[in-house]
Amino acid sequence: MTEPLLSMNALSVRSGETVLVNATDLEVAAGERVGLIGESGSGKSLTSLAVTGLLPESLRASGSVRLAGVETVGADEQVLRPLRGPVAGVVFQEPLTALDPLMRVGRQIAEPIRRHLGLRGSVLDRAVSDALAEVRLDEQRFARAYPHELSGGQRQRVAIAIALAARPRLLIADEPTTALDVTVQSEVLDLLDRLVAERDMGLLFVSHDLAVVARMTDRVLVLQHGAVVEEGAVREMLRAPQHPYTAQLVAHARVLDAALDGASGPEGAR
Amino acid sequence: MSARRSATLVAGLVLVGIVVLMALVSLVWLPYSLDDTTGGRLSAPSAEHLLGTDKLGRDLLSQLMVGARIALMVGAGSVAIAAVLGIAIGLIAALAAPWFDDAISAFIDVAIAFPVLLTAMLIVALQPPSLGSAILAIGLAMSAIVARVSRILAKRAVGSQYVIAARTSGTRTLGIIRRHLLPNMAPTLAVTLALQFGAAVLAEASLSYLGLGAPPPNASWGRLLQEAQGTVLTAPIGAIAPGIALVVLVLGVNFVADGLRDAVDPTRRGRRS
Repeated sequence: MTEPLLSMNALSVRSGETVLVNATDLEVAAGERVGLIGESGSGKSLTSLAVTGLLPESLRASGSVRLAGVETVGADEQVLRPLRGPVAGVVFQEPLTALDPLMRVGRQIAEPIRRHLGLRGSVLDRAVSDALAEVRLDEQRFARAYPHELSGGQRQRVAIAIALAARPRLLIADEPTTALDVTVQSEVLDLLDRLVAERDMGLLFVSHDLAVVARMTDRVLVLQHGAVVEEGAVREMLRAPQHPYTAQLVAHARVLDAALDGASGPEGAR
Repeated sequence: MSARRSATLVAGLVLVGIVVLMALVSLVWLPYSLDDTTGGRLSAPSAEHLLGTDKLGRDLLSQLMVGARIALMVGAGSVAIAAVLGIAIGLIAALAAPWFDDAISAFIDVAIAFPVLLTAMLIVALQPPSLGSAILAIGLAMSAIVARVSRILAKRAVGSQYVIAARTSGTRTLGIIRRHLLPNMAPTLAVTLALQFGAAVLAEASLSYLGLGAPPPNASWGRLLQEAQGTVLTAPIGAIAPGIALVVLVLGVNFVADGLRDAVDPTRRGRRS
């Protein structure tokens, strides 16, 4: 059997004496979609940052994270750099801060394409328009725009285009729609869904929102206080949650769903 | 850029332009040579001597024009030294391991606490007073301030998500410095450096006042002020003229800085204030 795209073995993250992530195991096979759910502070974002070796310097990681067969815990930049982009791309929560405010969007997308695919000149320009078109930002003006000239949803599309620019095999999405309003959320999720399917990428989707995770992934890990409390197929978990915390999440989602069903008019889902 | 902002830039450019023009003209033409003392002592402004003469009978306008050259050289020279040194130190501190950053920060604090004049005297103690050593001293002293500002700006940018995002997509440290850190530091740095330009001109004036600046007969504005001190009540123009010249240059540079920031920073363009 080939090695999974991402395999995490007893990963722990500590800040001094405090354990933030405790012995987490996680695997994502090529083309598989895995969700990581938990409330804020449960260590889910740290877990996803640890994959590409981007933990803040004040935190210590131990255990093992293998990304496409390469150990990333304790690895130095030279080892990590070739992995970032072609192997794993990351979409962050807050699209405004994840984009350089002083650089035109087109250049920010061009950067990883130039570096990883080695394109130059007009070929590069075309690749940038293609990348923008892929995230449904077709108009020419978008490449020339600065981040503050775009809406939240447009910015997150740009961030997705950047994350996908080097054609990663694994997309890590850390709360990619939390900062967006609901209708835009849905568009961005559709877009991610389509792109992940088209490119047959692995997906590690981090969120506190069970409904979103259920929509995007097949398998879910539930994190609480830095530890995995339940793991399994999304359907199973929704039907019969084992851990009280999971049950609580599911119950909350149900209540919300019911309220929405009652409140929503004939507009419905498309 | 809004009309008001570009008006600031234009006003600044005009003020600085006046001084630059004076300096340029002084290179090819002066009303009187600097050692020409034929004007009579402390004569009032007249057709022959537009700003009158000093207590040795030298033409004040001629001295003021040469002073413009010196002021600009001091400003540009020391700001260049401060910028190169300060930005480099700031970037290194921001990107280095925490203990090294702490060490550099402590060093910067000490350097800032060290008065510019003392630094200048130390340097002058090693070599005779000259314009060059004044520029070097002012530049070195100011580089500490620039280093501190750069370090803070760079640290803020390094911790920002767009830099993390750039690292996630595999950008090297040098690429991050060039594409993300420096551009994001530029708007604030431009203002800092322009303010330092003004401060450098004033610092040179103080150094000249103490006899540590440009040696005579090259009259810096600071020395003109010093020389006019004794006669300020009888011939006030001798103090007023270089004083106004200093204000024009420093104010002009500050205006340019203000306007520049808006021109450099696209997020401020088109913003109404």
